[in-house]
Amino acid sequence: MTEKNEAHETQHHIVSPAVYITIFICLLVFTGLTVGASYVEMGVFNPIAAIAIACIKMVLVVLFFMHVRYSTRLTMLAVGCGFFMFLVLIGMTLADYISRAWGRW
Amino acid sequence: MNFLSKENGLLSWLLTGDHKRIAILYLISITFFFFIGGALAGLIRLELLTPQADLMATDTYNKVFTMHGIIMIFFFLVPSVPATIGNFLIPMMIGAKDLALPKINLLSWYLYMAAGMLGLYTMITGGVDTGWTFTTPLSTHYVNTNVLTTGLAVFIAGFSSIFTGLNFIVTIHKMRCPGMTWFKLPLFVWANYAASILMVLGTPVLAITIVLVALERTIGIGVFDPAKGGDPILFQHLFWFYSHPAVYIMILPGMGVISEVISTFSRKRVFGYTAVAFSSVAIAIFGFFVWAHHMFIMGISNYSVIVFSLLTMLVAVPSAIKIFNWTFTLYKGSITFETPMLYAFGFMGLFTIGGMTGVFLGTSGTDIHLTETYFIVAHFHFVMVGGMLMAFLSGVHFWWPKMTGRMYPEKISQLAAVVTFIGFNFTFFPQFILGTLGMPRRYASYPPEFQVLNVFSTAGASILGVGYLLPVLYLTWSLKYGAVAGDNPWQATGLEWQTQSPPLTENFAVTPIMDHEVYDYEWLEGQKAKEVASVR
Amino acid sequence: MSDSSVVIHGAPKAEGHGHDAHPSYLRHHFESVEQQADTTNFAMWLFLLTEIMFFGGLFTAYLIYRNWYYPAFVAASHQLNIFWGTLNTLLLITSSFTMAMGVWCAETRKQSGLVLCLILTFILGLGFLGIKTIEYKEKIEKHHVPGFHYSLNSFLNPDSDEAAKAAGDKPLPLDIARHTEVYFSLYFAMTGMHAVHMIIGIGILGFMIFRARAGAYTAGHVTFVENFGLYWHFVDIVWIFLFPLLYLISRHAN
Repeated sequence: MTEKNEAHETQHHIVSPAVYITIFICLLVFTGLTVGASYVEMGVFNPIAAIAIACIKMVLVVLFFMHVRYSTRLTMLAVGCGFFMFLVLIGMTLADYISRAWGRW
Repeated sequence: MNFLSKENGLLSWLLTGDHKRIAILYLISITFFFFIGGALAGLIRLELLTPQADLMATDTYNKVFTMHGIIMIFFFLVPSVPATIGNFLIPMMIGAKDLALPKINLLSWYLYMAAGMLGLYTMITGGVDTGWTFTTPLSTHYVNTNVLTTGLAVFIAGFSSIFTGLNFIVTIHKMRCPGMTWFKLPLFVWANYAASILMVLGTPVLAITIVLVALERTIGIGVFDPAKGGDPILFQHLFWFYSHPAVYIMILPGMGVISEVISTFSRKRVFGYTAVAFSSVAIAIFGFFVWAHHMFIMGISNYSVIVFSLLTMLVAVPSAIKIFNWTFTLYKGSITFETPMLYAFGFMGLFTIGGMTGVFLGTSGTDIHLTETYFIVAHFHFVMVGGMLMAFLSGVHFWWPKMTGRMYPEKISQLAAVVTFIGFNFTFFPQFILGTLGMPRRYASYPPEFQVLNVFSTAGASILGVGYLLPVLYLTWSLKYGAVAGDNPWQATGLEWQTQSPPLTENFAVTPIMDHEVYDYEWLEGQKAKEVASVR
Repeated sequence: MSDSSVVIHGAPKAEGHGHDAHPSYLRHHFESVEQQADTTNFAMWLFLLTEIMFFGGLFTAYLIYRNWYYPAFVAASHQLNIFWGTLNTLLLITSSFTMAMGVWCAETRKQSGLVLCLILTFILGLGFLGIKTIEYKEKIEKHHVPGFHYSLNSFLNPDSDEAAKAAGDKPLPLDIARHTEVYFSLYFAMTGMHAVHMIIGIGILGFMIFRARAGAYTAGHVTFVENFGLYWHFVDIVWIFLFPLLYLISRHAN
């Protein structure tokens, strides 16, 4: 029942173009930032910065373009589960490779 | 008027959106594939009657056990309960008129059939001999068999599975009737929900793995090829990331069946409902964290071995919780021994043995000796055949009257259940011993001192075959000659039993309201008393 | 509604917000339009979860081999043209914007706006694929496609190669240079899989443009556009990660 009412709200919450334009500009800025950062020598922070910027862009797209900011908790939970499982796949597999004594890391 | 009689003609079945008809389509197809897989099993057991590889060439033997595994896993076990019983019952159990996405449901069946036909084509044109696990670099570089077509068949079957799981999750979240809160759902629904999470999140990883194997095999991209800098173990990580949750995809729906059957035939609410419900979800979640226990000897790091071994111990706990709760359900219950209950008892004993041997294998120290032996073969057959297949048969018998409106003949069905149990134990228990003694799996020949146990096993297999053939015969017979079942021949709780057998196309004439607890036998008695009173 | 004998007792009636009690697009197994829209939206999200896991395998492989063969990955990534990559990223982000605007147009029943946005998204998507074609063509010409006469020349003799020279690459030893093939395997697998998803998306966009011009999505039934929008944004997100991982590994001089 609660889900129905929440869904009701989502159906009628129309995100305004002003939000979309703002997010669009942010995405452009971050794209420029990430290209620029790759030309700067930051050692181990290069990949960290690149992934961080990509994550921020992803969060902006997910929350605003994909309306998760205005969605039911169920949708947010589902998205969270997806990312969690993605991280488990990558993390636990990488953990094996990192902990091998092959001298490659 | 019911869902079977509403419309006639082939097209009304092939283009149906009715979840019940799709379930019947699935039931017929998976039975067909089961017997092909079973015939292949028969060939394996025939070869293993003698220590020499004398019945067929060793390459052929490799193909036989590979195809046996692929067909049994992807074309029988994975869809068995969800696509047949789940498809049929889940909407009814939650008081809905259909699944959320009927067209996707039908698509799921067509994908399954396409995959199955492709699999059969593969078999006819030479088969594949890599083992169902497709391990690289064998599958990518060293065999000349139909890896690609088999891979494609499994890929398509995977999507069939994904769509079924997706449909179930959406349905259970969004289509419950008024009053049907999460904790009034039958445990069968919880179990299928958990299995569906695994289907949706795990199967895509298998899909990408198959794509990579195909690319490796065709154009030699090198991700799994040591000569090009790739790591064959990466394949195994990606493969088992799905294939371990796959075993929970296979068993969880069966456990759901057992919950329903044990409750009904002890006339008692399932003990610790919440624990059983949560344990299903716990199995699903933890099941994603243990895959490398299939890889202990393959070259993963010692750290990984320790972590995955520990996590494997943890994943056994929710399964054990279920067994305890079912046992406590039986305690002081009013137990009767109809056929579904016989299968359920068989499940409880055999799954316990299979599950416990799984713990032996999860302990990396013992696994190093037992892996790749017949101990593994025995372990997974105990859980899958002694467990899952018995649960499937239990469910088919339990809901047969609901699905078809007919009762099957009780005596012969009880006999078949007993025959199956005896045959199963003779077939697979010796294999534990063989494995401990050191007989490797996937070999057509073996040292002569293992012959006696192998002969036992083959003898058991022939009995088991009879046990599986009988239900096909008498269930088909019952369609025409079986006694007409009423709405609720077992006096079970559950919304599906409160409507006619076979059900209407739209399941319920009036949308039900779930105003009582789940497994509420007092409420059921009250309903019966009301009916009797209204007749008077 | 259909002629079934279903009578709804006790089910809460959806608040009437001016919609017809039985719109033609309401499927019979749903109680209300809201339930149908909510359900299909959730189903689309679950499908996207499968896509996350599908690409997850590729990202896993990438992360492992990038760390094993970092110098080879750096050298190989210099073969990718940053101009095309950045332009592609901008095209996709813009197409995400136009798609989001399209959804807004559908929700606010602006039919011509919707058609315009869909057409823009379509063109931007085609532009992306066009640039991808240019890039792939270059790889093919330089024999940087694994399994098809893969050539190590650009990495053993970077001065012979424009892109490597511009990036200031030093010649790689043979065993390290060999590992550039792993990079390109992942490059083609990941961008190829991404491109397949783009092609499917563009195909559906084409279909949607026709339907939008017929007014199918601006009469209150917006779920198809919304759910496709989710898919399109997801494909954009995959590229948001592919771009830095494949193109921007290290562009500073060694």
